[in-house]
Amino acid sequence: MASKNLPMREALRQALMEEMRRDERVFVMGQEVGQWQGTHRVTAGFLDEFGKKRVKDTPISEMAIGGLAVGAAMAGLRPVAEFMTINFAFLALDAIVNHAAKIHYMFDGMFKVPLVFRAASGWGNQATATHSHTPEPIFAHFPGLYVACPATPADAKGMLKTAIRDENPILFTESIALYPKPGPVPEDDDFTLPIGKAEVKREGKHVTLITYARGLEWSLAAAKELAKDGVECEVVDMRWLRPLDMDTVYESFKKTNRAVVVEESLPMYSFGSEIAARLQEDMFDYMDAPIQRVTSMDVPLPYARKIELMALPDKDKVVEAVKRIV
Amino acid sequence: MAKKPTKEQMLEFYRQMVLIREFETVCDDLYSQKRITGVYMHLYSGHEASGVGALGAIEPSDHVMTAYRDHGIALARDIDANLLMAEMMGRVDGVGGGKGGSMHLASIDHNFWGGYAIVGGHLPLSAGIAFAQQYNETGAVTLSFIGDGATNNGYFHESLNMSAVWKLPIVWIIENNFVGMGTRIEDSSGQPELHKRAIAYGMKDGGRVDGQNVVEVYQSVKSAVDYAREGNGPVLIEVLTYRYKGHGVSDRSYDQRFADELKEYQENRDPITLARRYITENYKNVESQLDTFDEEAQKTVAEAVEFAENSPEPGYDELIRNVYVE
Repeated sequence: MASKNLPMREALRQALMEEMRRDERVFVMGQEVGQWQGTHRVTAGFLDEFGKKRVKDTPISEMAIGGLAVGAAMAGLRPVAEFMTINFAFLALDAIVNHAAKIHYMFDGMFKVPLVFRAASGWGNQATATHSHTPEPIFAHFPGLYVACPATPADAKGMLKTAIRDENPILFTESIALYPKPGPVPEDDDFTLPIGKAEVKREGKHVTLITYARGLEWSLAAAKELAKDGVECEVVDMRWLRPLDMDTVYESFKKTNRAVVVEESLPMYSFGSEIAARLQEDMFDYMDAPIQRVTSMDVPLPYARKIELMALPDKDKVVEAVKRIV
Repeated sequence: MAKKPTKEQMLEFYRQMVLIREFETVCDDLYSQKRITGVYMHLYSGHEASGVGALGAIEPSDHVMTAYRDHGIALARDIDANLLMAEMMGRVDGVGGGKGGSMHLASIDHNFWGGYAIVGGHLPLSAGIAFAQQYNETGAVTLSFIGDGATNNGYFHESLNMSAVWKLPIVWIIENNFVGMGTRIEDSSGQPELHKRAIAYGMKDGGRVDGQNVVEVYQSVKSAVDYAREGNGPVLIEVLTYRYKGHGVSDRSYDQRFADELKEYQENRDPITLARRYITENYKNVESQLDTFDEEAQKTVAEAVEFAENSPEPGYDELIRNVYVE
């Protein structure tokens, strides 16, 4: 497949643009998606190509953005609604959790809600406590919603195209730190990736690193460093927090018998807690060491750079966690 | 102002209103007999002219959404009472397969997009339905019912503002029964004349309407629907009505708290009595027809109860289906 080296923001832009060309029902809405060209430039050029009808600048009204997208989807459109950052999606939690995720079930299949909520996630540099959340696991708590968290430009493209074509409501998170990071991206207009399928991003036999989004970068860097000491890490990129592809995790764990969960989010009631619980429930006989977790520290993120970095996960913290169990 | 309803329309309004009253009276009885269970059931008795007059002003191709006090709206949209009663009892033949209950009645075939239980939550959804009509240039108008209690949360502000900015073909109908759950309007709204909120959004103010008078409701909503259909944007109407029962079935002190006011409405402002008087004063030889409607209402609801009680309860297959569109 022909591919091109693109930053993630450009891969996302390409996916969204291709889907809008392909399907008239797809439209984008959100704060600054049009005239401003998108806060993160993912919708740059869209207003020129698709016009005001399909590129809807909204007021700063997260509850209405969330709910209006739900209604439009029920009535047959394919909204791609952008929350500038996921921190602001908290304001729309009811529209996402109580409406988008419930309506298909609550009316026993009478209505469908085929929409995508896009949200930039993760810390900016010194963005401080309210603007630095990575709360993907909170959203993945609720049945009825899918949660997509790509880690590479190619995955971002394939997963976003799949999300737009799917019949279900999907929260699609994009790590702010990954927007500028380049990678090979297939040029095919129909390049899609299956929902809820993890991918082994590096093979190894001594320990499984289970991660998603930003955590992949730290995990791969740690794996590279540990390989110098003869420790071979297998890195599983979950890609979707819901559905959660435990089969791929189990397959790897049966081989390595050790696991470290790596995430940018907080430690309590987290992605790591869920993976660790599942492993002990289903893989107890294969377990040779306690499951380790690498997360942000259990504090709100501060402004001062030195202590902000102290609170966040990184490659070194992954290396330390692996060394505790091999 | 739109023309007065025809004789045929008035007879149909009367038929629907007595059916709603009977349905609600029987639901209340069934609840005290524990044949309808659960903690939530919000009756429409006293409100009949509001829903019937408003829905009388739209076409089958138009759209309707409301909150949890939804039985009367569903019946005024001519949805089969059997299927509604089955939903009340949580049976498989209910409109939502018994999974939504009293607060989540809907029928996609009637463009009735549902009752919703989070106060204000359906307002942006209604805007989304209206947006899809504008996007697809269907010419259809959306009616969205709002309880007076919902006018003070953020959904109201965000949804009405966005509908005005985007000039959506929607008519917002506040059903003001003077009490949000148990709090009086003057204790919850700085501006208790709720239709005046339209001014804040640069939206057409459809005025304050006597909601016990089905003729007046019909005429006001018809004018508003015509205005919205012509592409002039949204209209806000305030319908003054009165709740005969408590907020929900759990509210058993309502009758004592507002005894004098309630008596005044039931004796002198009852929407069915007023409609009957209007019909007999304006048309000849209609008494027997009206009596037939009264008898038919009892028969229809009795049959609905029998139908519902003979419908099976859902099982495991229904429990797990339609979480997602597969």
